[in-house]
Amino acid sequence: MKRSSPLAVPGGESGLAVADENSPPLGKMGQARLLHWATRALKAILPPIAAVALALLVSAALLAFNGFPATDVFTIMVTGVFHDVRSTSEVLLKATPLILIGVGLCVAFRCSIWNIGAEGQLYAGAIAATAVGVSFAGLPAWLHIALILAAGAAAGAFWAAIAGLLRIFFNASEIVTTIMLNYIAIILTDFLVTGPLKDPAASYPQSAKFLRDLWLLRFLPPTRLHIGILIAVALAVAAYVFLFRSSAGYAVRVVGINPHAARYAGINVPKNILLAIAISGAMAGLAGAVEIDGVTFRLYQDISPGYGFEAIAVALLANNNPLGAIFSGILFAALRSGSELMQINAQVPQVLVFVIQGLVILSVVGFAAFKRQTARPAE
Amino acid sequence: MADQPFLRMENIHKRFGNVVASAGATIDVRQGEIYALLGENGAGKSVLMNILCGVLTPNSGEIVFRGAPLRLGSPSEAIRHRIGMVHQHFMLVPNLTVVENYLLGKESPFAVLTGLKEAAARIRALSDHYGLDVRPEAYIRDLSVGERQRVEILKVLFHGIDLLVLDEPTAVLTPQETNRLLDLLRVLVADGKTVIFISHKLDEVMRVSDRVSVMRDGKVVFTTDTKSTNPRELARMMVGRDVLMDLPTKAATPGRTVLAVENLHCNNDIGLPAVRGVSFEVRAGEIVGVAGVSGNGQSELALALAGLIPATEGAIKLNGENIRGLSPGEIGRRAMAHIPEDRHKLAIVLPLPLTENVILQRYNQAPFAKGGLLAPEAIARHTRDLLQRFKVKAGGVDSPIQTLSGGNQQKLVVARELARRPDFLLISQLTRGIDIGAMEFVMQEILKQRELGKAILLISTELEELFALSDRILVIYEGRIVGEMPPDRNRLDEIGLLMAGNAPAGGAVRPPLDEARL
Ligand SMILES: Nc1ncnc2c1ncn2[C@@H]1O[C@H](COP(=O)(O)OP(=O)(O)OP(=O)(O)O)[C@@H](O)[C@H]1O
Ligand SMILES: [Mg+2]
Repeated sequence: MKRSSPLAVPGGESGLAVADENSPPLGKMGQARLLHWATRALKAILPPIAAVALALLVSAALLAFNGFPATDVFTIMVTGVFHDVRSTSEVLLKATPLILIGVGLCVAFRCSIWNIGAEGQLYAGAIAATAVGVSFAGLPAWLHIALILAAGAAAGAFWAAIAGLLRIFFNASEIVTTIMLNYIAIILTDFLVTGPLKDPAASYPQSAKFLRDLWLLRFLPPTRLHIGILIAVALAVAAYVFLFRSSAGYAVRVVGINPHAARYAGINVPKNILLAIAISGAMAGLAGAVEIDGVTFRLYQDISPGYGFEAIAVALLANNNPLGAIFSGILFAALRSGSELMQINAQVPQVLVFVIQGLVILSVVGFAAFKRQTARPAE
Repeated sequence: MADQPFLRMENIHKRFGNVVASAGATIDVRQGEIYALLGENGAGKSVLMNILCGVLTPNSGEIVFRGAPLRLGSPSEAIRHRIGMVHQHFMLVPNLTVVENYLLGKESPFAVLTGLKEAAARIRALSDHYGLDVRPEAYIRDLSVGERQRVEILKVLFHGIDLLVLDEPTAVLTPQETNRLLDLLRVLVADGKTVIFISHKLDEVMRVSDRVSVMRDGKVVFTTDTKSTNPRELARMMVGRDVLMDLPTKAATPGRTVLAVENLHCNNDIGLPAVRGVSFEVRAGEIVGVAGVSGNGQSELALALAGLIPATEGAIKLNGENIRGLSPGEIGRRAMAHIPEDRHKLAIVLPLPLTENVILQRYNQAPFAKGGLLAPEAIARHTRDLLQRFKVKAGGVDSPIQTLSGGNQQKLVVARELARRPDFLLISQLTRGIDIGAMEFVMQEILKQRELGKAILLISTELEELFALSDRILVIYEGRIVGEMPPDRNRLDEIGLLMAGNAPAGGAVRPPLDEARL
């Protein structure tokens, strides 16, 4: 394992050095500031870009080995994904739940809470959103929509809080409990759409369809893109401010890095664990509600193609920074759309597409682990 | 013992951002000697040794080892060249046994499965040879600090080394354990090994080393045979001026009782009684020292007072209010500040910047927070203020606290706790890792707190520290206060006897400081 100090990059020096000069002219100061931030931003985004590039390189080799000209396949992917407004909007549509969940997971992971249960929390949110959406007829639409979204978030938070409480009171690993809660939520959905929530008029196991008035606003017709993406971006910014600018977020981070020091400092560790996992659950539940109220308009089995799991990689690729999750969410959505195109337009077999997706996730997680190893203390 | 340099590090430069850690340091080490490295906090001792052992790569400079240039990319490469280092912070996995720890990271991942027996036998043989008392089957988590250190040293020996580097090995040891370690170093040298040894304690350096170098600002400024120097000269070389070893103190004028502990009991982390009925008072304007061989309950006493572990019986009254059972946060808000002995575990959050470490207890209080948001300007100003007042050497207020040298971290913790303006100050191992110049300064700051009328409890295994600061010294033995003494160096023997569990008037006594000798 090679260790080069993360602080020894030349760009980082100039920023600090200039900031220390006694009274530099204003223009120079501004420039130096800009340079400082630019190098910092660059340093933050280079590793994840390298991770993705590495995965794509290996994928290219894999494709070539299997007789598919890699450059053609990638050209088909990129031009197809960002071909026009419609295809781009489809990417953003897929990115919406990934960003929402990924942002929440940034908060949980910063608290060292390994919530693997976003998928189940998404289903819990979707169930609650559906239950509210198909009842309360006659409410004003804006209020009804707000209730649908709030119910989704609340249900997700509740579902996650179960794991949080089990961790706090019985020291049960949240990794295990959240995975088990995934199964419960998904099977509960199966039960509900075949029973209590089933639309009597439909022959398929699915709930009744939401009234048109309740659908989330589509702001780029004729595309399906709805305001969910704006909600996601706004909440990403809010989560960033919470984590890095607020006292409460500071406490969450301290608990995540050193719970002993947190206790020493008078920070309530169990409270913050519960808060962090509930926030991540709320975001996943909201993602479920937004999917129901923005895309499917009804509940059925398998409404999520694994967003809750993919969002783990979204958060990791973003280095658990909610602002980064906006971009990594879009990237993973693009990969998802791209791999569909790979199958349809380049006739790449589905298994190979899965392998490529897996490679990207593996390399992202690998980079995250690698970074943790190299960033060990000086003394 | 040839005189040709065994190791030469020449003109080593190392920069971290705008911090110059090594500015052309040069050292020569001869085969078979004990070579001591001294220097102020942040002088660059650890960095230089980390470069030697492959943990850091220098920006420029040359290392020649046994006549051949040495370029290392990792600590395991250093081991292959038979160079090993024991870091100040132990790198053992607590939930594994000694032998499992040794086999971690060895050539084959299957070594743990196949080589366990053989390795255990070798460990036992080595341990017997050096008289280290290391049991290969023991779990690290069950070992005391001194034992862990011996395990670390034996680990390096197990991997086979000729050059051993020890970074402040005695900072966490009791005087007895220190004696034992220094004896071990002599044995190692007699066995043909070479030792480089970093310490802030001049008496140890005088006792054990053959030659000594002093570093300042990343350079080696002075090298001599230990025989031809003295602690005074070394101190002057380090700090650039004479260091007051004795602080002028006025007699205390104790006021009202601030802390009253009554019949306190608590258990250690494996549930055995550690503090067994302790009662004492600390009054405003006095410093009460607690002396004792470590492991006699003083760590648990401190943690219980701070609310970090539960007391099983008794009362702790702070300003008349019983704080037993309150959370650490509630106790902190009642004007208690705490400098804990385990800095890395409790007092700081290593990857966070200095700013965010300085507000650890006050992250949600004005002026550091407004309307739920942190106030970066106020936090940075306060941090800069503390850095300046306590002469902490740091790159910038936004650098992670782990980039500070060990002693500078400690100075910042002391600065932070004093800035909280407590009524009662609970201090464990005040000067751990701090150089002698800074020690003088920090001690004076503590005395100033006394003049300001604070009540101070000073727990330490360093008798010198207790003599220099305390108004009276309580001696703790097996969880009980067994005596109270004035801070009189002439009565050192009596204190030693009490610390070893012997009543001073008792007839047959064994010399206390020799019990743990080899
Ligand atoms: N990873 C790092 N990043 C930035 N600065 C660093 C890093 N490691 C060390 N430094 C800086 O290099 C200087 C020398 O540090 P070093 O740890 O060698 O000091 P030291 O002589 O061992 O001091 P002490 O006696 O306190 O342990 C310090 O100013 C420290 O802040
Ligand atoms: Mg050091």
